[in-house]
Amino acid sequence: MAHAEGQHHPAAGQQHSAAGGQHHDQGQQHPLGIYFKIWGLLFVLSTASYLVDYFHFQGYLRWTLILVFMLLKAGLIVAVFMHMLWERLAIVYAILVPPLLLLVLLGIGAIEGDHTFFTRGVFFGTGSPTPVQGTGSAAAPAPHR
Amino acid sequence: MAQPALTGTGEALPRPEGLQGIVADWSSDQRAFKNVPWGKAMMWIFLLSDTFIFSSFLISYMTVRISTTVPWPNPSEVFALTIGGKSIPLILIAIMTFILISSSGTMVLAVNFGYRKERVKTFVFLLLTAALGATFVGMQAFEWTKLIVDEGVRPWGNPMGAAQFGSSFFMITGFHGTHVSIGVIFLIIVAIKVLRGDLDRMRPGFMTGRKGSYEIVETMGLYWHFVDLVWVFIFAVFYLW
Repeated sequence: MAHAEGQHHPAAGQQHSAAGGQHHDQGQQHPLGIYFKIWGLLFVLSTASYLVDYFHFQGYLRWTLILVFMLLKAGLIVAVFMHMLWERLAIVYAILVPPLLLLVLLGIGAIEGDHTFFTRGVFFGTGSPTPVQGTGSAAAPAPHR
Repeated sequence: MAQPALTGTGEALPRPEGLQGIVADWSSDQRAFKNVPWGKAMMWIFLLSDTFIFSSFLISYMTVRISTTVPWPNPSEVFALTIGGKSIPLILIAIMTFILISSSGTMVLAVNFGYRKERVKTFVFLLLTAALGATFVGMQAFEWTKLIVDEGVRPWGNPMGAAQFGSSFFMITGFHGTHVSIGVIFLIIVAIKVLRGDLDRMRPGFMTGRKGSYEIVETMGLYWHFVDLVWVFIFAVFYLW
């Protein structure tokens, strides 16, 4: 294994690509500070999303806030904790682009769900939809909307 | 974007920036992921497939929730706990969230100390991560018990509303809990290898001829952060929605 050419300095962080012999075990090494900052930030964002529920925000405000906090947290975890920020683009794109396909499934699922809801209303509902699917547990009171 | 860090796979060749760099890496006659150790690349690809599994669960949950004509049980009330005579909405789930995030934090420290070759510190933080993970699973077991025994939630129905609530809940959190449990087991295995000095002595691991190295701590970390990542999505779309 090649020897380290005096690069074992955490603060130096990024080595130059053409720097020659790399020591075997010194890959993703970054100052600890950034981890603590992200850790704190994740706590703040989690608290914020909990407060959305605690204060009973409803409707679009609730959904927007939940999604924004969710995506921010996910981004921070992937970028810093999972080191995507420091990976080569070839692997970053190989991992992060394919999940975009799921948006198609999401769209299909939403259309399908709406359609099922509609047909259930047509077939089972007379005016207000009543509970039809699922037997529920024995003690289930009939819920109304 | 920051410069990519180098990992122990020999020299990484200089490359063009941006899209040209991606094309150059992928079209080279060597390996596409040039400075990524084999184990780490494979872990990422596994996590990608796992992403699709969890997404399928969450999207089917969305579909059944949209399509039901019966009101969905309010998670805020279902998962409320009474502490000191006062009912606090969703508090158990919030605590579980903080525990899992903290375990991600300790994991990232373990990875860092691993690359610094601080054997004992790495071991301690790995064990701390495993302990937090086990706590999470324990709280989940408590939550399941409460729901099944006290509230009468079943995969086919529940007293509070839409029958699909139970099936979605058990499927999604069950699969996630399984991931956490497996993670805890592997964390302990990696911790033992670290403490024994296997990685310092480059002793090959179980079922492989490859030399042991602290990269396995980072690979383990990827899995663990992914579990945390999935929880972020479950927390948002199942518990908070």
